[in-house]
Order: sequence, then C-alpha cells, then structure tokens
Amino acid sequence: MKTSTARAIQCSAALAAAGLLLTACGSSGGSGSGQSAQAAPVSFKGRGPITYVAGKDTTGTVQTIINRWNKAHPKEKVTFIQLPTDADSQRQQMIQNAETKSDAYTVLATDVVWTSEFAAHQWIEPLPANQFPLGKMLQPVVQTGQYRGKLYAVPASSNGGLLFYRTDLLKKAGVTQPPGTWAQMTADCAKVQKLPEAKNMSCYAGQFQKYEGLTVNFAEAVNSAGGQITDAGGKPDVDTPQAKKGLDFLVRSFKDKTIPKEAITYQEEDGRQAFQAGKLIFLRNWPYVYSLAQKSAIKGKFAVAPLPGLNGPGASSLGGSNLALSSFAKNKATALDFMKFFTSEESATYFLKNASLAPPYADLYDNASLDKQYPYLPDLKQSITKAVPRPRVVQYGDVTAAIQNEVYAALTGKKSSAQALKDLQTDLQKLTAQ
Amino acid sequence: MADTAIPPDTAPYAPGSGAARRPGRPPAPERPRRPRVRATAGTGRLAAILVSPTLLVLTIVVLYPTLMALDESLYGPKGLDPKTGFISNTEPFVGLKNYTDIFTQAGDRFWNAFWNTTFFTVVTVSLETLIGVAMALIMHRAFRGRAVVRASILVPWAIPTAISGLLWKWIFNADGIANVLLGHQVLWTADGFSAKIAVVIADVWKTAPFIGLLVLAGLQVIPKEVYEAARLDGASALQQFWRITLPLVKPALLVAVLFRCLDALRMFDLPYILIGAQKGSVETLSMLAQNEASNVRFGPASAYAVLLFLYVFLIALAFVRLLGADLIGGAGGTKKRKSHAVGVPRRRVREVTA
Repeated sequence: MKTSTARAIQCSAALAAAGLLLTACGSSGGSGSGQSAQAAPVSFKGRGPITYVAGKDTTGTVQTIINRWNKAHPKEKVTFIQLPTDADSQRQQMIQNAETKSDAYTVLATDVVWTSEFAAHQWIEPLPANQFPLGKMLQPVVQTGQYRGKLYAVPASSNGGLLFYRTDLLKKAGVTQPPGTWAQMTADCAKVQKLPEAKNMSCYAGQFQKYEGLTVNFAEAVNSAGGQITDAGGKPDVDTPQAKKGLDFLVRSFKDKTIPKEAITYQEEDGRQAFQAGKLIFLRNWPYVYSLAQKSAIKGKFAVAPLPGLNGPGASSLGGSNLALSSFAKNKATALDFMKFFTSEESATYFLKNASLAPPYADLYDNASLDKQYPYLPDLKQSITKAVPRPRVVQYGDVTAAIQNEVYAALTGKKSSAQALKDLQTDLQKLTAQ
Repeated sequence: MADTAIPPDTAPYAPGSGAARRPGRPPAPERPRRPRVRATAGTGRLAAILVSPTLLVLTIVVLYPTLMALDESLYGPKGLDPKTGFISNTEPFVGLKNYTDIFTQAGDRFWNAFWNTTFFTVVTVSLETLIGVAMALIMHRAFRGRAVVRASILVPWAIPTAISGLLWKWIFNADGIANVLLGHQVLWTADGFSAKIAVVIADVWKTAPFIGLLVLAGLQVIPKEVYEAARLDGASALQQFWRITLPLVKPALLVAVLFRCLDALRMFDLPYILIGAQKGSVETLSMLAQNEASNVRFGPASAYAVLLFLYVFLIALAFVRLLGADLIGGAGGTKKRKSHAVGVPRRRVREVTA
C-alpha cells in the first residue's frame, strides 16, 4: 500500500514538473479562423477602444503620440500594451495571442522579418495599400510589409547598418575619405595600425555571435558582394560565386585578424563598447550607437559612412518595425485610422526628433534642420535605399537558424565557406520547398 | 494521498463522530452489532469527500495538460498551401512520427540535446554534491562569524537563475574578469566545449548552496553524543565522517541530490541566457522543445517534452527504487518533505516556461 501511494506521489511530482512544461507548448492546433478564403479585402468595421502592442518603450515617446490620439478621439481610446524588449519574446506573445484567437491585441508593432510568417498564418489582415502614403516612403522599407504582393504591414520606422570609423586616426594616417570598399578598408587599417596610438587596435568588427545579428551581417556581406540569399521569387540562391566572395571576406578577416577573434562573441553592445574603448578602427552597427558614442571617450573623434562592399558601396540589411492589424481584433475601423495616424509623416518626424528613430519617409532625410541634429541622416538614407530586406519567407525562424549554423561553422573554421554555402543552399531549399 | 484503509483501532470511534455531525439523526441503534462495516464505509466516504478537491485540482493542473500534450505530440506542423500562400488551418495527424523522427531526420539535434542534458546533470550534480557537503560541514562548525559565512554561502541560491545567467555572461565576456584572472583569452560564450564548462561553473556556483542547505539540516539533527562516543572509542575524524556523518545524513542528501537531478534535467534558463539559443554545445531538451514551439511546431515540441518527462520520471523512479531515497517514508517528519517535493519542481518549471 505504502509503496504504491509513494509511487503515485512521485508520479504526480514528476508529472507536475513536466506537465507544466508541456502546457507551454501544448497550445492545440484546433480549427482555423473560419477560413477567410483568399484574404478578400477585409471590411474594416467597428469603432471603439483598441490596443497598441509593442516592445517596451524606452524613450517614452510612444505614449506621448498615443496621448495625442486619445485626446482627439475620446471614444476610440488606444491602450498601450508593452511587451518585453527582446524581439523573440514579443513575437512569442503575439503568436500566443493569435493561436488563442484573443482580441486583446489590436495593432501590432512587428519586426520587419515577421510579415511573411504572420501573413501566411493569417494572424494579420491584408491592408488597403491605397490608403497609406507608401509612395513617399523608401521602397525597400515598404517591401518589408508585403507578402505575395499584398500589403500586410505599414512601415513605422526603419533602420540601416552604418560604418562607424575613427576620423582622428584616419586623418593622422593620411586617409581623408572613409573607405568605399573592403579592400580600401583593410588598406586604411594597415596605415592606421602603423601609428603608435593604434598599436593594439583591431581593424573591424560587426555582430558575429550566433544570433539574429549574424544573419544580418552575413546578408550584408553577401549582398555587398553582389550575391543574394533568396532570389526575387523567394527561392534560395546562396550557392553562388558572389555569395562566396561575401562570406570569404568575413572568413578571411577572422583568419588574418582584421576582425579580432573575440568578435565571434560580439552582439551590438559588445562591438559598441569595444569601439568606444578605442579597440576598433571600424565598426558596423546601427545608428543608435551615434548618440551614445558622442557621450563617450571618443566624442568628436568618429564619424559614419555607408557600409563598404566588394567593388563599391555595400548593401545594408534592413531593420525597423511595421504596424500590422491582428485578424482577431475588434474595432478594426478605429485600428486602421490609428495606424494611419501612427505611421503619418508627422508622427515619424516626432519619433525622429525625440527618439532618433529612422523614419520610413524619404524627404525627412533631406531636411536640413534635422540633418543638423543628426549628421548621419544622409548616410543612413543611402544605407536604407540600397538596403536589401532579409529573406522574406514564411519559416523565417528556421531560415535564420540555418544561416546562423552554417555561417558560424564557416567563421569558426569548422567548414570551408564553399561547403557551408552548399549546405546552406540545401537546408534553405528544404525549408522553402513545402 | 490519504490511505483509505483505516487502521482497525480507529474504527470504533469513527461512527460516533460521524453521526454527531449530522443533527437529527439518532445514534445508530445497531451500532453494537455491525460497527466495523459502517464505520469504515462512513470514514471512507468522508475521506473521499475531503480528498476530492485536491484530486480535482490535480486532475485539472496535472493530468489534463499532460494528456493534452500527449495528444498534441501526435500531430505534425501545419502545411503551407503553395497556391494561396496560407498555412492550412488544421494540423495533420501523424501518429508516432514525431517520436520516430528522433531516430531519423530530427535525430542529430535531439540526441545532441539529450546528451547535453545528461552531461549537465551528471557533471553539475556530482560537483554540487561534493561542494555542497563541504559547505554544510563548514556551516555546521561553531566558529566566530558563522552567521556571515552561512549567509554568504546562501547568496548564490537566492539570486534568480536568469539574473545569475546575466551575471556570469558578464564574467565570461571576452574581456571579462574570468579571462583577466586566467591571463588568457577563452571565448566562453562562443559555441564550443568552453561554453559547456561555463554553464557547469555557473550552475554549480548557483546550486551547491542548495545541497549545502539541505545537508546542513540533516547534520543538525545528528545527536552530539554519537560523536562523543566515537571519540572515546578512538575514531579518527575521517572515520567519524564515513561511519557516522555520511550514513546519518544520507536521507537528507539523497533528497537534495534527487531534487538537483530533476532540476538539472530540465535546465533551460542558464544556458539560454548565458550562452544563447541554438548553440549546439549547450542545447538541452527543454531548450529544444521551446525552440520547436517558438517556430510554431507544437507537435514535435510536445513530443520532446513528453520524452523529457519520461526521462525525468525514470530518474526519479530509479532514485526511489535503487537508492531508497526516503521521500515518502512513513515518518511524520518526512511527510512534510513530501508536499515540498510536489511543490518545488512545479514552481521551478513555471519559471522555466515563463
């Protein structure tokens, strides 16, 4: 008797342990959303309170904009639901909300790479493209909101990679122009490293830890060498001589210490800190570094340039966020109006001025008074207009994991770059076949 | 759970008390004739009524999710319709395919995660046991400043795992204090064997105090007289440790080691935060299941979680059977621990999945 009771309790303890783990995964695959057929244009009906769901607002500007809306629309109030700061948990919570068909989330702030996945699952509604000023926006940015030719998300902010470099050292070494190509950059480094004050400095770093940043940096290297990861039709096309030239640049740079070996552990912040501590001459990073570095020891000793490439200026990956409308939400008419308001040029100007968010609107980059506040804007515009979106595929999570695996193997010398690209092509073909 | 078989000596009292609670009922006249049968039935019913809320709650929070997960693990991922570009609404039934896949296509990643999980469990729990017992012996000693030593040993255990993951990430940074002390640059957070070591170090640092704490509790109930007698008989300190301390502290130690094993088998947050997702060298079964779920493949995710559950269950069973961990023993004192045993891992898992 006793032993069987004993076992029962042991069981339930273990069950409780594993059971709760299971519940987390066990969201059942029930029936779908009543099959909205071929995503026929949704009629946006219903007015009333809605929610805006985004990552934690560290600048405090989002609430200000929402307050502006709420003041003008007292009957259609928007509540701001703040999610954690990291993109993965934001995505997870939005997916959970969609899987349970909850109407708690109305307007979603989505990462530019999620559009295909969310649209294919019909978690978000197709939007009327003619009601948004897409023509005034930068085209690569608009593309990130599209899936199969339809608009599913409206650009709210953008982001592009920039090359940060030490003006003081380059000047001392007699280099007047920032490098336009990788070869020039390496040559400039060699000159700078001859200076006594640059004795222990490394040349260049980006983000090479095994995470999303690696996918971004790899995509930039490939695109900057004239290659592509997926072609216009979304088919993988990475086993090419151009792509190999791009990956080889990174592999070779690690080998000859142009990139310091610890950069294999760098995320954005590690690279920024190394650059600010005077360990790097060149750094690939996002514009947010600018204002932070201005407050550091290298204040006034650095500047930005567009990313270099193989034979000329390189191509950045696109960052930024879009607004999408949850399929399961209520009051969609209000939601559409709010999306128009939130992505308007006026709001974008406010976000640029107060939170230094890169706007999707082309003409804001040419505004002289804003350029004075943010001297990097012309370079950023060039970066974004030449940018290539990361692969727009439904299984983005698996695609980026496959890219990270193979590229990391190549960078750490476990595979030749040719082999890594060949394997990557096979992996991606499997993932996009279906 | 409560024994329904009532010890014979309690039987005669039961009907009286049962009847007394029901007003309007005359004391049973036939009581002298058939006391035992009625008594047992009445108490049994009462026991069943008293226990049923617990059973109901357990069914809802334990059995239902487990069965749901088992059911979910029989379904595959939703397919993409190439014509419309939309994912189908229903998940296809695939039977045991998610399970058999671990021997074919998904095998490499699953077995890698399985061996990582096993490696972490064996290595961290062994080290923690050694260090934890040593800590307990130190904390048990009477000396000046003992309170400070005890408190400082417990600090790592008091820090949430996610926070200590960040803390160690900082220590193991390329320019972090670990490399400064070593005088040599080890890239701890890159994918590789050093990442495994980093996880082991951080985990041992965090949880050795837990074993220390439980063993200390065990040490404190050993009567001093036993040692005095041993000393009089001329036993050396080492002999005292092997012959007296260790056997007497064994029940507490086994419970501590069992808890640690179950915890280590479910390890998720430490490698996830310290090293990162999708790093082959530290990916555990929990991380694998989470990763599958986050890529909207709930079927394989559930299958992995079920396999992990079975693994955890087998280890727990082996402990109880082979090592005789007296978790549910009859004594009143251990009963208290039992409820603890149910509560502690459950809370931990919620942390993990949160």
